[in-house]
Amino acid sequence: MNIITIEHIAKIYQVGSEEVHALADVSLKIDKGEYVAIMGPSGSGKSTLMNILGCLDTPTHGIYNFNGVNVSEMNDNELAKIRNKEIGFVFQTFNLLARSDALHNVELPLIYAGVPSSERKERAMEALSHVGLADRMHHKPNELSGGQRQRVAIARALVTRPSIILADEPTGNLDTKTGEDIMALFNEIYEQGNTIILVTHEEYIAEHAERILRIRDGLIEKDEQVKNRYIPKKNGASKI
Amino acid sequence: MKNFLFELREGLLIAFRSIRANKVRSILTTLGIVIGVTSVVLMSTAIKGIDNAFQTGVASLGSDNLYIDKWEWFNNDIPWWELRNRKNLTLDDYKKYKELAKLPLAVAPTVWNFNNVKFKDRVVEGLIIQGTTSDYIQTTNLTFSEGRFFNELESNGGRNVIVLGSEVAKKLFPIGYAIGQEVKIRGHKFKVVGVLAEQGSWVMGNFNPDKQVFVPVQNIFKYLQSENLRSITINVRAKNSKMVEATKEEAIGIMRKIRGLSYNQENDFSINQQEGLLNTINQTVGVIQIAGLFITGLSLFVGAIGIMNIMFVSVKERTKEIGIRKAIGAKRRAILGQFITESAVICMIGGFIGLIFAIVLSLIINQFLPTSVQVDALVLAIVISIATGVISGFAPAYTAAKLDPVEALRYE
Ligand SMILES: Nc1ncnc2c1ncn2[C@@H]1O[C@H](COP(=O)(O)OP(=O)(O)O)[C@@H](O)[C@H]1O
Ligand SMILES: [Mg+2]
Repeated sequence: MNIITIEHIAKIYQVGSEEVHALADVSLKIDKGEYVAIMGPSGSGKSTLMNILGCLDTPTHGIYNFNGVNVSEMNDNELAKIRNKEIGFVFQTFNLLARSDALHNVELPLIYAGVPSSERKERAMEALSHVGLADRMHHKPNELSGGQRQRVAIARALVTRPSIILADEPTGNLDTKTGEDIMALFNEIYEQGNTIILVTHEEYIAEHAERILRIRDGLIEKDEQVKNRYIPKKNGASKI
Repeated sequence: MKNFLFELREGLLIAFRSIRANKVRSILTTLGIVIGVTSVVLMSTAIKGIDNAFQTGVASLGSDNLYIDKWEWFNNDIPWWELRNRKNLTLDDYKKYKELAKLPLAVAPTVWNFNNVKFKDRVVEGLIIQGTTSDYIQTTNLTFSEGRFFNELESNGGRNVIVLGSEVAKKLFPIGYAIGQEVKIRGHKFKVVGVLAEQGSWVMGNFNPDKQVFVPVQNIFKYLQSENLRSITINVRAKNSKMVEATKEEAIGIMRKIRGLSYNQENDFSINQQEGLLNTINQTVGVIQIAGLFITGLSLFVGAIGIMNIMFVSVKERTKEIGIRKAIGAKRRAILGQFITESAVICMIGGFIGLIFAIVLSLIINQFLPTSVQVDALVLAIVISIATGVISGFAPAYTAAKLDPVEALRYE
């Protein structure tokens, strides 16, 4: 079943008198339960595509069907609702609230979803345990390592049980070893049946996915299945 | 509704957290509101106090009283020069009126003289010596702390007796025992027969009975001034409030006759009433009110601009945070609510502190001026501060709410 269908999507930015075609003409389908990597050099339009897929942004042209609903014509509030319920974001720079502890950061999407306090706490704790941070609930981001911060962000993305997880260069700010741990965590999440879209410019990170979309200058250059998917070994940091 | 409550709670949490994170800034910002609310509450308290004082001051005149006078006291309709050209009222006028009038409860003349009163080496300078008759006491609500008013015998005989207002007595006889003592006015001795209890009619200035002394009217003309120097006033008290109008009508008729006015001549006297004073006072208090509220409103406005400014800074600083919140599903309303809540909380804290200041200050001021701390001052302060917060927080919050999430996330 297609969770994402986009047809002839373009995103054009007006910079002064010049038009920048961040996305020129992109069509693709993503199935439920897929693990897709969007690969491409810097400036190729990966983040732009991810923002559109994540309903953070709307395309200049084209149609975007999410779960059978046309979201390309939705307004701000409708998009916010979709982001809240259906999409979990993981960013390169973690994007946690600096003044809030891990637990509150993870609770946040549930607050906007209107989940009552006790259930919220329970689910947030569960998500944090899931990513191996049961003992770090009351730490603020600056009291956590980079890898731990990214785990908090992943817990936050998972807590609403979204239809897709979107990760934009999730290992970009981490050292190789920590990056590996995070990729192992994504693998687990994938194996539990989640749909993951991963943006990266590194070949070996992309090879963790089962499908790679190669993008260049706002166009999909290649859409290929990975033959020998790289499966990271469990590092024991995460419990299921 | 459920969402709204969660968002409100989240908003409050964020507000307190960000206030704690920026202590100095919050204190400085709040200061504007503290000053604004303090001044609004103080001003409304003061105005209420002044109004109360005026009303009690006026009440001591008695609502059933008429004052027949050459002058129109509270009305500016008749030109001043026309009033001045009227014939003085004389003691003769008073006597004739008293004889003819059937309706009044009591009638007494008053005429005043500015003078000093001495007791041994103590002097009270420039006070008003009221000359009147023993009936005067029946035209007032005056009460005594010691002694009595001069009686009919002393009055008719023009004896050298005197009744002291409370303030005068306090100055001349700091330790009391005034009764039976002799005070001097221009070297003439007067025996103290009574001391008034404090009347507290401070609004009436020098006409406050606390600051006056009373002697039989003949003494004024005998010792202090000639009979035609000043017009007298005829104090008339009606039997009850229902009789005031009739008594007034009768007075006009009798006075016209006494003054020999033909039917086509206008009254050459005025009948004054407390009502006139009340109107004047209400007008004055109204002006004070408007001026006061305008000034305090201005200070609150300055405070509100401070809040608005700091909220704009706060929104700018937290652009990234707003981006994050939007990315994970905060709607515009949630962001709008968050910043308005923050602004309202800052203002409410300011309002609370301002209220405490205002209460303390008004207790201090109360030592000099009769202010009255109203219960609704509390409500006023809190409502005003929250409203200020909401209004001044709206524009910054709106900017935050309509930020583009992608742009906001990119912001460093
Ligand atoms: N807000 C914007 N305004 C103008 N140009 C933009 C904007 N966002 C992205 N671009 C341009 O679009 C192109 C694709 O950007 P992006 O999707 O961020 O690339 P990637 O994530 O692959 O590095 C780049 O050339 C970038 O400069
Ligand atoms: Mg990018």
